[in-house]
Amino acid sequence: MTHKQDPQPGTQGDVTTADNAKSWFYTDIVKDHFFNPRNFMHDEAQEGEYNAIGKVGSPACGDELRVWMKVDLVTEKITDFRWKTFGCGSAIASTSMASVMVTENGGMTLEEARKLKPQDIMERLGGLPQRKFHCSVLCDKALRDAINDYYRRSDQFDKIIVEASRIIDPVSKVTDHDIEEAVLEGAHTLELVQQKTKVGIGNPGCLPAVEELIRFYKEKYFG
Amino acid sequence: MKREVYLDHAATTPLHPAVREAMLPYLGEKFGNPSSFHGVGKKVKDDVDHARERVARVLHVRADEILFTSGGTESDNLAILGYARMNQSQGKHLITLSIEHHAVLETMMHLEKKEGFEVTYLEPDRDGLVTVEQVEAALREDTILVSIMYANNEIGTIEPIAQIGNVIQKWREVHKRPVLKFHTDACQTTGYLDLDVEKLHVDMFTLNGSKMYGPKGIGLLYVKRGIKLEPLQFGGSQERALRPGTENIAGIIGMATALELAQADREQETQRLIPLRDRLIEGIRSSIPKTRLNGHPTTRLPNNVNISIMDIEGEALILYLDAQGVYASTGSACTSASLDPSHVILALGLPYEVAHGSLRLTLGRSTTQEDVDYVIEVLPSLVEKLRSISPVHVDEKYFV
Repeated sequence: MTHKQDPQPGTQGDVTTADNAKSWFYTDIVKDHFFNPRNFMHDEAQEGEYNAIGKVGSPACGDELRVWMKVDLVTEKITDFRWKTFGCGSAIASTSMASVMVTENGGMTLEEARKLKPQDIMERLGGLPQRKFHCSVLCDKALRDAINDYYRRSDQFDKIIVEASRIIDPVSKVTDHDIEEAVLEGAHTLELVQQKTKVGIGNPGCLPAVEELIRFYKEKYFG
Repeated sequence: MKREVYLDHAATTPLHPAVREAMLPYLGEKFGNPSSFHGVGKKVKDDVDHARERVARVLHVRADEILFTSGGTESDNLAILGYARMNQSQGKHLITLSIEHHAVLETMMHLEKKEGFEVTYLEPDRDGLVTVEQVEAALREDTILVSIMYANNEIGTIEPIAQIGNVIQKWREVHKRPVLKFHTDACQTTGYLDLDVEKLHVDMFTLNGSKMYGPKGIGLLYVKRGIKLEPLQFGGSQERALRPGTENIAGIIGMATALELAQADREQETQRLIPLRDRLIEGIRSSIPKTRLNGHPTTRLPNNVNISIMDIEGEALILYLDAQGVYASTGSACTSASLDPSHVILALGLPYEVAHGSLRLTLGRSTTQEDVDYVIEVLPSLVEKLRSISPVHVDEKYFV
């Protein structure tokens, strides 16, 4: 993929392991995007100016992100991507980077943009502290939300991908989304996920499915 | 050169040069172990005994009532775990405040979850104050320990410790419950408040070195004579076998010196800092719209400023300030390892986004009016920049 670049020496963040989970190292690229955010929404969006809008998070969780996209109706390429966020340094930097990635070189098509993964953004940033992973997941989700919004507005309902959460354990009411969050927060084994979510406690029958999900999300976010 | 303004004295203070001087011999020629039966050890033992007496004099207590520990966290743990475990046959109810430091709060939660104790967490008012009446109403026939902080580390609110101590003392006499004791974590107060234990009517009292221009890794617990504690560690007779292990000599000497120095000019320093604190609060609140002062406006530590700046997130602001040479702290979740926002701000009945946007600036000995004015000068444009990229608008009922 074109948006990847080789990590530059001396700018590698502590993206790799949970060992450095408490480290506060931000790479120069992260700092650049944090102090000089690209493409953020200066003013309020005018009615009809953007043809797709995405929103994710809530200030209660400490993160809220809204994105506005202009999509070319013929090529379905993203020609403009604006955002606003109530978030920390990582959230600002990863959204800024995502806005660059989806619009550079003439813009990504929506299908290309859908393939963009949080770790692609992180890689381009030279890494983020491990416990800040969820910040880059946030902008990925807002992007997906906006893509769905575009398809909804253009009546292409078959292209909408709904990512509703699904209850994995009817006893504890833990959803696949809860497990995803736990993995993102660093719980990479069944035991750790159980500590965080209580999944399968009193209902061990669901554990094989849980383990499969942990593998899936580990693969998805940590490669 | 960029101006550097350290405004995180509640996190830790730099070592006072005189403290450093006092410590140096113990990192050099005075290396002996006080438990040794020879001249090298004896010399050091005399100095440790002397340091204990110096500390006792400042607190108006007896030297044998002072236990040296590794810091505030250990002192809080030893007081609460040690006392609760030792005296549980006489009752298993404990009282504390919901805005305590985690060293107290998590220790209480541990006793509650794992050791069958019942804990009452008193809720303060909007300014972080707990009342004597609240404490009195929570006391029960099986209460054995009350632990309430002297002043809050995040919002600076000073609790009415002397009055609470008084009420507990009376309750103890009236109900013939000598087992009922009162502990306070006073880590943030050294150099600002009266530490005369007798006036405060406390039975146990936590202090640490690193908040009083002393060294890190040293703290103390005052334990009134006659109080029995179960030790947390075993292996020697140091600190009356309540805290065994070879003493942190340089730390003890350093803390004794720091405590004397801090309490000697506390009134002068308090008079100097209060106008600076209020100038900073006023300066921020008049130049930035939509802010809220957290903590009590006047019953607060002379060095504490805690302001929630609406619609922005604290970590981002801290990083922007850092780039301007201003070192501050926040109650935002993003800077805590747990990713939870400040339990203190939430306990004041404020929503998450207000906790996320809290900015704590704590002044100290080196803080000048120029420092304060520099912060007032740089902060508004940083806030404006972050607000321009924020989609959040906090309800005005939380800051008007």
